[in-house]
Amino acid sequence: MAVWVEIDLCNGCKRCVKACPYGAVEISDGKAHILEHCTSCGACLEVCKEKAIHTDVKLRAIPDFNDRKGVWVFAEQRGGTLNKVSLELLGKARELAEELNQDVSALLLGDKVSGLCETIIAYGADNVYLAEHKNLKEYRTIAYTDVVEKLVNEYKPNIMLMGATHIGRDLAPRVSRRVGVGLTADCTELTIDPEEGILLQTRPAFGGNVMATIANRYSRPQMATVRPGVMEPLPKSGSKGDVIACKVSLTEKDIGTKILESVREKNKGVSLGDAKVIVAGGRGVGSQEGMKSLFSLAKVMGGEVAGTRIIVEEGWLPADRQVGQTGQTVRPEIYIACGISGAIQHRAGMLGSRYIIAINKDGRAPIFEVADWGIVGDLHEAVPAFTKALKDSTGK
Amino acid sequence: MNIIVLIKQVPDTTDVKLDPKTGSLIREGVESIINPDDRHALEAAIRLKKAEGGKVTVLSMGPPQTIDALSEAIGMGATEAILLSDHAFAGADTWATSFTLGKSIEKIGRYDLIFCGRQAIDGDTAQIGPQVADYLHVPQVTYVFEIEKIQKKSIIVKKRLEDGYERVQCNLPALLTVIGELNVPQYPTIGRLIDACKEKSPIQIWNASDIGVQTRDVGLEGSFTQVIKTFAPKFKRQGEMLEGDAKKVAGTLVEKLKENKLI
Repeated sequence: MAVWVEIDLCNGCKRCVKACPYGAVEISDGKAHILEHCTSCGACLEVCKEKAIHTDVKLRAIPDFNDRKGVWVFAEQRGGTLNKVSLELLGKARELAEELNQDVSALLLGDKVSGLCETIIAYGADNVYLAEHKNLKEYRTIAYTDVVEKLVNEYKPNIMLMGATHIGRDLAPRVSRRVGVGLTADCTELTIDPEEGILLQTRPAFGGNVMATIANRYSRPQMATVRPGVMEPLPKSGSKGDVIACKVSLTEKDIGTKILESVREKNKGVSLGDAKVIVAGGRGVGSQEGMKSLFSLAKVMGGEVAGTRIIVEEGWLPADRQVGQTGQTVRPEIYIACGISGAIQHRAGMLGSRYIIAINKDGRAPIFEVADWGIVGDLHEAVPAFTKALKDSTGK
Repeated sequence: MNIIVLIKQVPDTTDVKLDPKTGSLIREGVESIINPDDRHALEAAIRLKKAEGGKVTVLSMGPPQTIDALSEAIGMGATEAILLSDHAFAGADTWATSFTLGKSIEKIGRYDLIFCGRQAIDGDTAQIGPQVADYLHVPQVTYVFEIEKIQKKSIIVKKRLEDGYERVQCNLPALLTVIGELNVPQYPTIGRLIDACKEKSPIQIWNASDIGVQTRDVGLEGSFTQVIKTFAPKFKRQGEMLEGDAKKVAGTLVEKLKENKLI
């Protein structure tokens, strides 16, 4: 099994280099060379205009999935409250389903949660598969997996989406293994390929430095988890839907886990990875004292404070608050970079943020290249002024 | 207590640089490390071994140079290690990877606990742990940040949630995926690192036939998902500079946030 280049035909155009998802093609002396870590995926063959790339890999037959219909959304609830991401997914599912001319269905698991069906239908579900059982009261991996597996096998959906939350990231891989399908994690973009009619799943990798589009041609349902906050909820007025009550049989002893205690920590700072807003400081903050205005801003915005490596090395923030290649990769809704020049090492940790605001004295700082809104100025003036303006506008 | 730890060797992102022209990753000369979350998984296993006795077996799938990560794991105190390396394993998605790891764990035999890191920094999927657990039909707890108590037939751990935590009792054998909060990993000792390199090294290398799998079930061929395109993210950044004095700019910024429904 191999891929090789017919050197005489190669004109060194580099299309194959760009097409290779694995970085396994190299141009030297004006010709393409396949490197050892080539996986024979064939992406280079498709783009070669000179037909200079050959393979002995047989094309894999794509099974016929014409009987698979419907876009499913796992409606995540905890303590009877729906997770917002599920409404976002319903919006996306609606869009995908319309393109495929199929239905949107939601899966709702829990104990006495039927009251949520109305909301789920209002946000786009044509059907709600409702599975209620006392053993589904709290999310537990095996109990939920068993129920979802049964429903998938019975109704054979085409696509299944879950939120990339702690629950979704625990459940989705387990379900995918159980049902025997592929799974794409943390997608930020989902579209239907107009030719093949398959789901194209785009997600960031390497901390957001690279985007990858993934297809799942060989198994159904096409499963993906989707990052919270990326898709739009689309409430529709006067929408109608059916609730289908599902029979559940679960025995406690097969579940394997027991929740002894569930603790909500209101006051504990959330981990940076989960923060919706991050106010981050860099060298420009200047001192421990200088961090104070960042904390005030974070408080008003309901966010967390983070910093670059310098800030942590100076001891102005603990190590678990560092963003960047040696620290954490974060993807908040809003990232406010205060006095951060934007070295590549830092940018790699925050490029996945939805919106970036940069405040820096130096108008040429690279941080402005990745900012949605830039302010050239002294953060010690700009940050308090912004905090005040926010307070005035929200009346806090 | 027999403990298995699944680790992955990943490029050290502190070394990853972007090609300024294409925006793609430059992988040459990038050093490889044990995935950060997996290091915490190793540490947890090694501490449990010290407290409870038994052994720690480290398992990793990757190209031959993954042996460096396994040597380091031995240096940290793991008993033995197995490298799953075969050209047939290349290009595997999480489905094929969890199958390969699952088969290998069946070959290892008896175990009480399997530790994994929550996710790897190169892929960030967090799928392998739960998929391996399902393959082996054992319960799992993900996002573990504290091991409270270990009993004969169960373990009590704390699991991180978005807004708090849960105390979970989990039957053994089980698979746990851990996060950085769990512990501070120790450095490998020189003596043990040397052990890893000796002729009677505690590191074995297994290929596809050693674990009894067919080429069509592993690697790219055994995968359901395929990367069809990679590209440098286009930063659809608005790139708007706000002008004026601090007060005016602050006002404009608040307006921008409102326009975009961020506040």
